[in-house]
Amino acid sequence: MTPLLTTHGLSRDFGGLKAVDSVDFSLMPGEIRAIIGPNGAGKTTFVSLVCGRILPSAGRIVFDGRDITDMPAHKRVRLGIAYTFQITSVFARLSAYDNVALAFQRAQSGRSVHDGVMEALDRTGLADRAKETAGAMAYGHQRLLEVAMGLALKPRLLILDEPTQGLSDGEIAGFIALVREIGRDATVLLIEHNMHVVMELAQRITVMEAGRILAEGAPQEIRDNVAVQEAYLGGTVEAAS
Amino acid sequence: MKSDTGCGKAIALHLVVIAGLFGLGFVLPEYHHGVLARVMVLAVFSMGYNVLFGYAGLLSLGHAMFFAAGLYGAGLSMIHLGWSAPAGFAAGVIAGAVLALGVGVLALRTTGVAFMIVTMMFSQVFYLLTLYFSVWTRGDEGLVIPQARRGLDLGAMRLDFTDPMTRYMLALGLFAIVLLLTLGVARSGFGRVLVAIRENEERTKMLGYDTFANKLSAVVVSGTFCAAAGAAYALLFGYVGSTFASVQYSIFPLLWVLLGGAATTLGPFLGTLFMYYVVDIASGYTSAYMLIVGLLLILLILYFPKGVLGTVRERWLRWLP
Repeated sequence: MTPLLTTHGLSRDFGGLKAVDSVDFSLMPGEIRAIIGPNGAGKTTFVSLVCGRILPSAGRIVFDGRDITDMPAHKRVRLGIAYTFQITSVFARLSAYDNVALAFQRAQSGRSVHDGVMEALDRTGLADRAKETAGAMAYGHQRLLEVAMGLALKPRLLILDEPTQGLSDGEIAGFIALVREIGRDATVLLIEHNMHVVMELAQRITVMEAGRILAEGAPQEIRDNVAVQEAYLGGTVEAAS
Repeated sequence: MKSDTGCGKAIALHLVVIAGLFGLGFVLPEYHHGVLARVMVLAVFSMGYNVLFGYAGLLSLGHAMFFAAGLYGAGLSMIHLGWSAPAGFAAGVIAGAVLALGVGVLALRTTGVAFMIVTMMFSQVFYLLTLYFSVWTRGDEGLVIPQARRGLDLGAMRLDFTDPMTRYMLALGLFAIVLLLTLGVARSGFGRVLVAIRENEERTKMLGYDTFANKLSAVVVSGTFCAAAGAAYALLFGYVGSTFASVQYSIFPLLWVLLGGAATTLGPFLGTLFMYYVVDIASGYTSAYMLIVGLLLILLILYFPKGVLGTVRERWLRWLP
């Protein structure tokens, strides 16, 4: 099977800092992949390169057999790469409905916008909050709204950047179920600090440190990897569970 | 676009406003009749400005050039090329649209304060050109389109634009068309994207929108509306002068829109009407009328920070478009 996404020697410097340092990465269609690593490891920079928010200093990005390295972000979204922001950036002064409609209306001209929007809101459990102003919603709901916007884009690759940050345990449980369901028809790339979420969802895990890939493997392998434990998991297996 | 339930009410409100203005055309005393005709044409200018400033959130300080492009497009083609009134009107509108496209492509490379300065610069260039080519434009003094030319022969009947009632109804016609077009834009997917760009351009890109193309469309729509106002002004009031290209005519629409309520469909009209009468009444009492205007503006900003209709929408009528 050919990978959905590959990067070859992907790098990005900020001044002297190598935020992402010649990363070779590949992602199979249908996979749920987690990227973990300490703060400043380059996780967000890496996915920002993939979705085109920032441009690489070197290296190539191939999506579905196409070189997208020089493609502007909005065209990548049209190819099916959706990115949900780490810092919640819903349109605060618009209603939840309008937020999702913005995501939906461009791609899905054949279908009624209303149906599509309500379906995305329904899947994230926000259907009865459609009319609420996004900025006035609870934080957890704003995170879900981000996901609903991602869903409405009907992505082939959904990139979730720390989606559970700031959510309660109950909300996290619901979120895990949601991502599993999304994973049935989309490839998911998940940046996550919460190891419980990672272990529950990921089929494979990529560990980054200092802009490089430190290790990659199935959850159990990563859990047992000594280097990973030292770099990230604080040296104990308990911290990972 | 706020909610689906307000849709019928909003359309009804706009039709009532148009019908009300139609009715006023028959009952207003002569002076106010003339004022309202003028205000409706200027409100078209204001509504055009609102598309770019209110919805897309781009503050231009150069919209006088689009109004003036319409004004001169109509005036020069009629006076020097002998074109008929409708051809002159079309020339004005097209001149504005083409100018907006050119200026938009260049000015949209900038944002924020730089965008304000670049648009103002282009507008000043336009203004100075109207003075430089005074052989044709007669600069500050301006051109007067002969009364005989300001009309339209429809078979045996003649539509005379200098007749107050005809003038009023034509102004209302243009006003109604642009008002309903603005309402259409506000409720369309395109309008929603413009608002999204205003609120968070980066996020809008990440939803797959080419924000540059959308902003450029907004500049062209806005410039075209403003040019239509300018061309109508030339036809209905017969005067084409470089004052209309000067910087104060770039500031006026901003004031009108801010007063009435940015990103509301009827706000620009209210703001234009209000400002016109405040200046008119205040200058009747004192030569220092700008003092009164300034005081009123301060009071308005204090109590209606989002403009009259913007504040009304926020506090009471959520469905207002």
